[in-house]
Amino acid sequence: MSSTKNVTIYLYGKKYSVPETLTIIKAIEYCGYEMTSGIGCRHGFCGACSVIYRIPDDHQLHYCLACETLVQDNMYIATLPFFPVAHPVYDVDKVDASQQIMMQLYPEIYSCVSCRSCSNACPRGLDVMGYVHDCQNGDFKAAAEKSFDCVMCHICASRCPASISQPEVAMLARRLYGKYVAPEAQHLVQRVDEVKRGTLLKDVQNLMEMSDEQLQQLYNSREIEK
Amino acid sequence: MYPEYLQASLKKVAEKRDYNTALQPERMSAEDKKVLLEQFHPDYRKDQFEELKVGQNKGESVNVELAQTLQGHARLSADDVDLEHPDYDTDILIIGGGGAGCAAAIEADKAGAKVLICTKLRLGDANTMMAEGGIQAATKPGDSPAQHFLDAYGGGHYAAKKDLLYKLVTEGPEAIQWLNDLGVEFDKDSEGNMVTIHGGGTSRKRMHAAKDYTGAEIMRTLRDEVECRQIPVINYNAALEIIQDEYGRAAGAVTLNTNTKELIVIRAKAVIIATGGAGRLHYQKFPTSNHYGATADGLVLAYHCGAKLLYPDTLQYHPTGAAYPAQILGALVTEKVRGLGAKMVNVEGEVFVHPLETRDVAAAAVIRECNFNKKGIEIAGGGQGVWLDTPMIEKIHGEGTIMSKIPGMFRMFDKYGIDMRKEPIIIYPTLHYQNGGIDIDDDCEVIGVPNLFAAGEVVGGIHGRNRLMGNSLLDVIVFGRDVGIAAAERAKRTATPKNLNLDHIAAFEKELEDAGVETTALAPKLFPNYRQARNYLDTPFTDNSQVSIKAVK
Repeated sequence: MSSTKNVTIYLYGKKYSVPETLTIIKAIEYCGYEMTSGIGCRHGFCGACSVIYRIPDDHQLHYCLACETLVQDNMYIATLPFFPVAHPVYDVDKVDASQQIMMQLYPEIYSCVSCRSCSNACPRGLDVMGYVHDCQNGDFKAAAEKSFDCVMCHICASRCPASISQPEVAMLARRLYGKYVAPEAQHLVQRVDEVKRGTLLKDVQNLMEMSDEQLQQLYNSREIEK
Repeated sequence: MYPEYLQASLKKVAEKRDYNTALQPERMSAEDKKVLLEQFHPDYRKDQFEELKVGQNKGESVNVELAQTLQGHARLSADDVDLEHPDYDTDILIIGGGGAGCAAAIEADKAGAKVLICTKLRLGDANTMMAEGGIQAATKPGDSPAQHFLDAYGGGHYAAKKDLLYKLVTEGPEAIQWLNDLGVEFDKDSEGNMVTIHGGGTSRKRMHAAKDYTGAEIMRTLRDEVECRQIPVINYNAALEIIQDEYGRAAGAVTLNTNTKELIVIRAKAVIIATGGAGRLHYQKFPTSNHYGATADGLVLAYHCGAKLLYPDTLQYHPTGAAYPAQILGALVTEKVRGLGAKMVNVEGEVFVHPLETRDVAAAAVIRECNFNKKGIEIAGGGQGVWLDTPMIEKIHGEGTIMSKIPGMFRMFDKYGIDMRKEPIIIYPTLHYQNGGIDIDDDCEVIGVPNLFAAGEVVGGIHGRNRLMGNSLLDVIVFGRDVGIAAAERAKRTATPKNLNLDHIAAFEKELEDAGVETTALAPKLFPNYRQARNYLDTPFTDNSQVSIKAVK
């Protein structure tokens, strides 16, 4: 890493020279900024560090997560630490997995003009427009699948001409799918019932009475499920 | 694609892949494990530890970096704020917006309490979001809470507080049901059975997952529920000190608006600390898989007002942190990768440890392989690691398994041109979890400080001296819910606190002075200092003592 080249970047319009091996986040820190917002897990899982950038002579605006994108020469960078999305209030116990719920809570999804700006901007490469259309049709299973890898960075929402809050819409679809559409786990229902009736508690209490030597013996001779 | 200098080793790994896939390496004996840990686990490196001179843990040794922050100066004095006119008044103040904080908020709200969440970054910016592999609970017929207890107690080296562990394993199944009912999308087969696999140290397949986004799926669902319940949240607001009332009970907190730098006073009848872990203190210069905000703030808040820490000397170094390329140094490679059958192999392509040993043992085995056996992979520019032979996964489970089971991992490496379906990845232990933490009783109340509660990674005792994979997500849900209920109950029986004070600050400062502690450190740390830390950013971890951090104050 000692022989790396430097590239020029612009943070909020100000010019800096940084090693080309840095991610945008690390480059911002390298330039002396202490990040107190627009930063999160630093490993691409939380969506806190959305960034917009432009390269001269390129007519496109670009969007990415700052923690996983390397700097490029002549990048003009702005951070997007917060985006005002819509989050209507609902009671997950009182809704059902019907098409109507989308109409009630997120009517704007029916104004989608199919421009695909959302999908094109998604740093996860998700079919955002596709899941919005699935939600229009009440197909929550398909929407849940297509949106599963969403990190809720809200870049799609910032691009949408119909002002749709896509990650929030997908969140509702996934919760409906997880709670109402996916089949119930019978073994779980049974086990919770067994615990409530106290059936299995005695065994744990017995273990708690034992000495560490006895427990050590039990532990070292456990049978491991294949 | 890997650079030329790694190709020879890669070839050996590929040649031995069939043999290694079929290989059933032996598990280590209890005695072998003990020797391995004592020789190679970072918890045993006494030269990296320092004895505490103040507070309830005076006389105990902890990592130097933790000692610095526990013995740092308070960021304010009592004169800096007007406690008689609080900016916010609430029943329950929850400090921290991660898994435990949100679970607590939901339950306390259900119980009718007025709740306020205050978080240093945003709601959901937390280690919970980054927990990839899964959540344990004995929900299957061949399994039981007792079996879960035994696995966790033994895996934690017989040091867990049994009463807390009892709660973890017996309330586990209900926690899964609670999440399922909130809409968390667990992996299920076509009949609805939850898919469960092994994790390191488990004797039954009880790891439930949502692909390799388990924590993210749980966290975003909890966050959505908090928003649906319209529970007030103050983002970008870091807690600096706990406020106490005339009887020494916790009665709120002084917090800092990190944007405007104003001090904000919050009065509450009960306070819950749910601030998470400490990976960003970079103990022993290790890289970390942790969230940016994981700087041990909660330990400091509690320590300043007289709480005791349990096992603060024990940290979890996850055996498989990304070691290549440098841009993702320290990022978590989920244990699920090993759960699915990928084995760790050295530069010669030899398997050197059973893939499902507990994390501390596996991490120590990797460190031994690199530093002592000298069979690690030397990475250009510094750093070392071993291969984690991910193509084995598709050999065992068929093509497409990686994309369907661990898409997050695939994405992370694919960004840098490494196709983990076809080529192995390079890993080295990364600082992952704080096994110890604030000492609490059965009701999650901090021992020694009435009306102060704690839950999640900030707590110690549930996992003993080593936590098993999947027990931390379970911990934040079980104890997050419990602490919400307990704090709501307490708030109901507590009148609006009077004679608020910060007397403990002066007392702590005096203790520092009397003990002769000389330091410029301020605590809590709030944020890691990466500004112009050029050596740190560019040079991957090489040896515990060799990486210098050039940080600007």
